[in-house]
Amino acid sequence: MILNDDQKAMLDGKFGGGAAYAMKIQFAIGESFDAPRMVPITRAHVALSNQAGDLWFAEKLAKAGAKARVSPTVNPGFCLGYFTGDCAYPVTPEDADHMRRTDEAYRTLGAVLSYNCTPYIATNVPNFGEVCAFSESSATPYVNSVWGARSNRESANSALCAAVTGYVPEYGLLLDENRKGNALVHVEAHMKSAYEYHLLGMMGDKIGPGIPVFTGLPEHISSEALRNLGAQLNTSGSYDMYHILGFTPEAPTLEAAFGGKAPEREVVITDRDLKEFEEAFSDKAEDGKVDFAMFGCPHFTLTEAQYIAGHIEGKKLVIPMYILVSSHDAQMAERMGVAQVLRDAGAEIIPDSCPDQPCWHFLKGKVGITESPKCAYYPRRRGIHFMIRDLDTCIQAALTGEVK
Amino acid sequence: MAKRFTCHKISEGKAQAEVIKTSERIMFYQVRPEDGMMEEKNHELEGRTIANKILVFPGGKGSSVVQQDGLFHLDRFHNMPAALIIQYPDTVLVAGAIIMELPMVDRLDPAFYETVKDGDTVLVNADEGYVEILD
Repeated sequence: MILNDDQKAMLDGKFGGGAAYAMKIQFAIGESFDAPRMVPITRAHVALSNQAGDLWFAEKLAKAGAKARVSPTVNPGFCLGYFTGDCAYPVTPEDADHMRRTDEAYRTLGAVLSYNCTPYIATNVPNFGEVCAFSESSATPYVNSVWGARSNRESANSALCAAVTGYVPEYGLLLDENRKGNALVHVEAHMKSAYEYHLLGMMGDKIGPGIPVFTGLPEHISSEALRNLGAQLNTSGSYDMYHILGFTPEAPTLEAAFGGKAPEREVVITDRDLKEFEEAFSDKAEDGKVDFAMFGCPHFTLTEAQYIAGHIEGKKLVIPMYILVSSHDAQMAERMGVAQVLRDAGAEIIPDSCPDQPCWHFLKGKVGITESPKCAYYPRRRGIHFMIRDLDTCIQAALTGEVK
Repeated sequence: MAKRFTCHKISEGKAQAEVIKTSERIMFYQVRPEDGMMEEKNHELEGRTIANKILVFPGGKGSSVVQQDGLFHLDRFHNMPAALIIQYPDTVLVAGAIIMELPMVDRLDPAFYETVKDGDTVLVNADEGYVEILD
């Protein structure tokens, strides 16, 4: 890989040890993918995770003096304001300290402390063709597929390096020829709500590797549905991009979507596929009873919070409900009175937080209900289990304590 | 006599150890740090340890934090694999190996995969671009 003068100076330490370390990592990544050069980015999103490895790397960069040239937005950890102090189940002092250190490291690095996993429909929205470095399962496919921006499926660390250096190696999805579909996916299932897109995304084993081109989807597809599709494609497999025929910008026609070639394979997804997955993937609840409901993996939108509020206004939930959103949407929900409606019914709207965080320690051993397979998948290692059902069924379950 | 195969360096370094091989993708989040045991249900390697072995597998899977964080936890117990030999590099796994300074190579001849078996002693030299199956 050939570097320009600015990049060479960075690698040689002229901009400090932190920038040099980030550049060294990116240089190795570029070399391993045979990238000919590095190109500038205009945006980045880092899948901050507040895990031990994340904190170790962020502090290592920060201590070496790294400062972001392109301030990245960041994923949620957990909300210190909510989970400490007079919270009914506060986090341990160790966990609180860990989150504070993560916060401090990313502040030092110059990140936008957005703590939100849906920047692509909130605070960090690229234009068509814009080269950027996005990590986070739901984010990379969204910016590539829906916005037509160009990002490889960066790891949390490589996206942070890109934010520091302001460059990415040129390979993979930055190049036209690698953005063409290879599998034609006929969706015969009825896509009634955003929930079915969660299930469709979990069909990775059936869809196979590469870039799927979906056909047979409804004319209008919501931002929430597209968010879900990308999130689950990266729970069931590794996908950086998809096309939806006649809908996403690089797939106006079959020919454009496949680059004039024939699909390598064709796959059909039916209602039965989705139903079988839902059954097989759900953890079992005794007598259909669940202990809590959780939504917002990825973060729910204001629209979804309003939808839930509309269905539980004036009623009382019999189990706790946690709705995870961005701080912007939490603030808006407060202003609009939506948060009060939710609280009055017994639901909590919580900013900056992710289901795969230690703040949920008090749910260990319990069985919850959620509409997101990803929400069910990662917390399993923390001993928290989930049934998955469509949103309306989840809301009913929260009102009755039972899954019908 | 040792059989030598050329390879392509992804992450620098060299290592010699026993091979453990799988045809399934791996997420290091699903490996237990204390002993390197694969915990993923129904994975070919379920219940077996990858600690300090040369791990031969197709590539990674999972979200953008799972590889480096998984390797980081293994490293704290000195249970990272000794080196990785893969077929399908992706940025998340590549960055994870580079940052954790774990040797990783790809682009081996199909003959390597036909020859190598569990328990073989293998030398991976990423810096000089070769892998040897030792006697």
